[in-house]
Amino acid sequence: MTDTLKITDDVLPKFPKHVKFKYNKPRDEWVILAPERLVKLDMVAVEILKLVDGEKSVKNISIELSQKFNAPKDIILKDVTDMLQDLSDKGFIEENG
Amino acid sequence: MDDLKQNNLKTASEHGIQAPLALLAELSHRCPLQCPYCSNPVQLEKKTGELTTDEWKSVIDQAVEMGMHQIHLSGGEPTVRHDLEDIVEHCSKTGLYTNLITSGVLLNPERLNKLESLGLEHVQLSFQDTDNDNADRIGGFKGGHAKKLEVAKWVRDVDLPLTCNCVVHRQNINNLDNFIKMALDLDAERVEIAQVQYYGWALKNRAAFIPTPEQLDHATEIVEKARVDLKGKLVIDYVIPDYYAKHPKNCMGGWGRRFLNMNPKGEVLPCHAAETIPHLKFDNVRDHSLKWIWENSEAFNLYRGTDWMPDPCKSCDRKEIDWGGCRCQAMALTGDAKNTDPACSISPLHNEIFDMAAEEARNAPPEFIYRKYNVRFNSPI
Repeated sequence: MTDTLKITDDVLPKFPKHVKFKYNKPRDEWVILAPERLVKLDMVAVEILKLVDGEKSVKNISIELSQKFNAPKDIILKDVTDMLQDLSDKGFIEENG
Repeated sequence: MDDLKQNNLKTASEHGIQAPLALLAELSHRCPLQCPYCSNPVQLEKKTGELTTDEWKSVIDQAVEMGMHQIHLSGGEPTVRHDLEDIVEHCSKTGLYTNLITSGVLLNPERLNKLESLGLEHVQLSFQDTDNDNADRIGGFKGGHAKKLEVAKWVRDVDLPLTCNCVVHRQNINNLDNFIKMALDLDAERVEIAQVQYYGWALKNRAAFIPTPEQLDHATEIVEKARVDLKGKLVIDYVIPDYYAKHPKNCMGGWGRRFLNMNPKGEVLPCHAAETIPHLKFDNVRDHSLKWIWENSEAFNLYRGTDWMPDPCKSCDRKEIDWGGCRCQAMALTGDAKNTDPACSISPLHNEIFDMAAEEARNAPPEFIYRKYNVRFNSPI
């Protein structure tokens, strides 16, 4: 595992190779799968994580969400940062590059 | 014992239980190691009775259709099976998150590379100690520890995430710092510090393994400090021996609620130790679908929910938190699987058993009773 990542506006978040963000059809739910880990996600988390592709920065993800949901950009940015920091601390998100 | 005469047991859906989350697939009981805390049943399955490749593929398809997320390919030693590659490929194709639980000693770089290319997602490698000689003594396999260190490097060379599974007890607990350091040195994502759990074969060796409460407290301090220091660098999972816990573990997240286990011949079990409960009859995927078994199998429905519980569980406000603890431990220590797990501090047998274990921990450890699959088991490849 790499060193602790601090999520800032310019970070390009991505899922590590062994972490799968996926939709389970029979259960009709989105989850994160990792070694011995299963994380169930609420709709907000799912909308954020659908934009995580290693190309978009934290800031751009937030802008896109604030436009899509017509919500204040600074509040969204904080939510996105907090959630990605939490997932990063648990080893579910890393930085591209 | 007259549970079995009942034919009005509620099924999984009547309990409001959804499909299981993960499948622990014991591909074979064969194993070159002889660990005295082996979690496999006392009666091991022969090679000839094992499910075929196609039977496992069918099970995997069924697991996916049910909505399971993960599969743990385990044993015994799963790499003794020559069709492991086929099974991994099938898991990956169908979208199951695929985890290999192995001692590693039969692996080579080519095979690991192949497994990774077929879609394996994670390797969990067991370690018996950080001290070379003691590790080999515990596993009963000369050269095992050195080989495991090599295997760990090969795992990371093909960029597979690694978990070090460290089984901890009085004969290696002083190396806890070294276990964590080893996991870091091996570039593991995750380390499991798992104290021995005492049923099946491990119960035969309890006196050789059980730490004193002081040793355990010291170990817990080390783990808690490391968790803070290594946050974001290494995930540390920690399982204490539940003899020293105030509440019992909520074993398997409750009997038949979240997981299922399959043994090598296709019987479906609520947990890997369930065969230690002698009156349970297990249904087999050769006779029924996995979905039917999860829903209807008597072995599952007997201890689902809370209706079966006697006191003190029945009147306890934690009954839907702990689910009565571990049925197998209740069976092993009280002779009745329905009793409150004696690991619980309000079990009427808790003090008697705790005192006995603490006494064992104070005395010198006896010799191991080794677990041998077969005395002539030299070359499984």
